Amino acid sequence: MCGIVGLLVKSPALKARLGELMVPMLIGMTERGPDSAGLAVFTEPLAEGERKISLYSGLTDEGADFNWLGLGHELKEHLGIETKMVVQGNHAVLTVSIAPEPVKRWIKEHHPKLHILSTGRAIDLYKDIGTPSEVSNRYDFKHLTGSHLVGHTRMATESAVTPDRAHPFTAGEDFCLVHNGSLSNPYGVRRMLEPRGIKFETDNDTEAACRFLEWRLREGDDLETALQKGFEELDGFYTFLMGTADKLALIRDPFACKPAVVAENDDYVAIASEFRSLAHLPDIKNARVFEPAPEEMYVWTA
Amino acid sequence: MDSLNFDLAEIPLRTVNTFLHKEAPGQSVKKVVITNPDGAHNIAVGLDFPVDIEVVGHAGYYAGGMNKTASITVTGSAGTGVAENMMSGRVHVKGFASNGAGASAHGGLLVIDGDAGLRCGISLKGGDIVVGGSVGSFSAFMAQAGRMVICGDAGDALGDSLYEAVLYVKGNIKSLGADAQIEPMSAADLATVKELLAAAGMDHDPKDFKRVASARSLYHWNADANQEY
Repeated sequence: MCGIVGLLVKSPALKARLGELMVPMLIGMTERGPDSAGLAVFTEPLAEGERKISLYSGLTDEGADFNWLGLGHELKEHLGIETKMVVQGNHAVLTVSIAPEPVKRWIKEHHPKLHILSTGRAIDLYKDIGTPSEVSNRYDFKHLTGSHLVGHTRMATESAVTPDRAHPFTAGEDFCLVHNGSLSNPYGVRRMLEPRGIKFETDNDTEAACRFLEWRLREGDDLETALQKGFEELDGFYTFLMGTADKLALIRDPFACKPAVVAENDDYVAIASEFRSLAHLPDIKNARVFEPAPEEMYVWTA
Repeated sequence: MDSLNFDLAEIPLRTVNTFLHKEAPGQSVKKVVITNPDGAHNIAVGLDFPVDIEVVGHAGYYAGGMNKTASITVTGSAGTGVAENMMSGRVHVKGFASNGAGASAHGGLLVIDGDAGLRCGISLKGGDIVVGGSVGSFSAFMAQAGRMVICGDAGDALGDSLYEAVLYVKGNIKSLGADAQIEPMSAADLATVKELLAAAGMDHDPKDFKRVASARSLYHWNADANQEY
């Protein structure tokens, strides 16, 4: 079991309240996922040449005492770049003005236990073990702002309870995926992708779905085509919620084994595994509430 | 004390359900209104006395499950397994119902004004279900007894491995399950559909419905069938 939440807001006033509206959604799914939680928030994109890299130091020896300032100095010294860093304990968002690959390569080489959570112009990603309430407080989720977000509460079934196996998973840039369910062919998908140079970081089944769909997008598929290929290639139970720089996308397996409910009005689109995570949203009583059909694609643009 | 109101924003659901199980049957409670259900699971499950329950809003999983004699109305939608294993009485969902609505109901009437999700009426054991909208795939799977009236469409594999339950469908059937077949409507079938529509408060012409029932070819193992049915 796991819980999924997603929220896309349509007005500037609600963009400022994105985190505040989302925290009760995430906490509402505690019974479905008490062991880990995470979310990806999509903000106004950075300029073309800039990238944000979300980093997690909880797996390093220093943990929350990681020397982030020192990392900035090292990057300046070795790569000759100026960086900006927003730090919150074991988490930091690093902004760079060069292509992100050399930076990430350098970090992996010199700080192998520093976990790279996400890369992109719009995405910030947070995930950790703990109850949704603990994780929300740890990273001050209620003050997050942005246009849309994808969140997850985890009750692990397919791999161990560790921060890097929590959701959302990311691949490439400005793409993330959360999953409720279990895939039956993740290793087949993985064996198909690895010879194409796609590297995996965990043994988690969701990572296979995330990397498969991002690979299709990178090969030139639009989101709908990639999702259609997902229906054909990914076997098992799933409700997937995906985020891109300007979209949220939701699909359910043909047997609708895992739940989802959507509430939509002029101000927002809210998605959750169950209605109890939507009940607090403004004017929910007048929102259009529906259950997404299996094997259908639901895509909303921010 | 004819009518009581419980606000689930103020009172824990367990307190309400305990009251409905232990105290309310001995008192002259005729009607109970439950507000702010906000998707809570197990609202008004296991009731065993004649009472009207109105749930104002959206219910979570198993609302009205195992119901006996009570009449439960959900004004919004209902989550997975609404009225599952109902024994008697009535459960009415005015919005949509999620998967497994009325699963294994032995008796009573489940009315869903909107659509029902997948596996509606799975393993039905004698209850009646009337759906104003459409039902999802695998509905009435292995349904043993009882009746279903579907005013909209049916998804894939309707009535797969049916026993003696009978289904009536007004709209399109995407596909029939193994051993389910469309049969002619008899006068008795027309009367049944009329009676169930009236009980559900829905207005359709019984002549527009198709009867789906078991061909009974799965009742006995056939070693020559080569798994093709």
